[in-house]
Amino acid sequence: MTAFNQTLEDILNLAATHFKVPREKLTPDDDFFKTLGIDSLQALDLLTRLEHHFRIELPDYELQGVSDFRTLADRIQARL
Amino acid sequence: MKSGVVELALHREPCNEIGSLTLDELERFVRALDGLQGEAHALIIYSELKAGFCAGADLRELYRRSQELERKDAAVGVREYLERIHQVLNTIDASPLTTIAAVHGVTFGGGFELALVCDLIIADKMARFCFPELRLGLIPGFGGIPRLKRDLGNAVVRDLLLTGRSFNATKLQQVGLASQVVGEGESLRVARATAAQLGKFDRRTAIAAKKFIKPIPYEELRKEIDVFCELFAQPAVEAGLRKFVESEEAQPYLP
Repeated sequence: MTAFNQTLEDILNLAATHFKVPREKLTPDDDFFKTLGIDSLQALDLLTRLEHHFRIELPDYELQGVSDFRTLADRIQARL
Repeated sequence: MKSGVVELALHREPCNEIGSLTLDELERFVRALDGLQGEAHALIIYSELKAGFCAGADLRELYRRSQELERKDAAVGVREYLERIHQVLNTIDASPLTTIAAVHGVTFGGGFELALVCDLIIADKMARFCFPELRLGLIPGFGGIPRLKRDLGNAVVRDLLLTGRSFNATKLQQVGLASQVVGEGESLRVARATAAQLGKFDRRTAIAAKKFIKPIPYEELRKEIDVFCELFAQPAVEAGLRKFVESEEAQPYLP
């Protein structure tokens, strides 16, 4: 598995676990607001969990307009 | 108050926005605090709401009031509001009690400024801190900049202010603002344990130490009110506030 795919997989697993959504229901190109049924406050919660998990800082402005897991993984991968 | 520890619980939905009602309550609290100082040694400020500690000034109310008034009267009203909140926050900042902000979740703008007046910040690992004011064409107005400058290197202050990005609790501890980072839902418990420890020290010594360590930057605080009021008169602020108020986002104060 490439580093990018591993990052993507970690994000999907973390999102599924935390927001209690079956992992098999999540795909990389899903709009995570819709699939997880979260608002912007919960998205901020997800951001904080991802920062802790990957031990990175992810400025909010880098996520403006980002709503799918693949792009999110791309932004995170750029900081690993 | 229990065992010498005063607790201030914030509980105004949706996220303890500080508008005129909350300000009235805070003023009543600081007046009452004066009478408790003889028997208390610590103050804990925390939120009972899941969303977070405090999302800052009530921007909806600020916008509504500024629309109802003539421009000149709105400016006077904003200055009066800032003078009142500064009076409250300066009183807590200078309190002889050792003060602890037990924070979780959203701690933005004026909420962050409320935490900054406290001697110690104990942060839930999921807490998030931010000064988003520049997005509205403003600077923080509740004493945030002078207090950040008191506690931090200028580069970190610039990062927080000029980018408006949010810090997580670990980052806040790394830069030196958070005293402790604790597990989810643990900030109040840890704050209470810390407050109990503080009660073991001689009060006179603790008060003298705090006074020596923590000067109140009164002159800069005055200057901040002037700069805020000057900026508030600019058209960019009305546009920024309108955008915020008309936003359909669930939590429009988020960056």
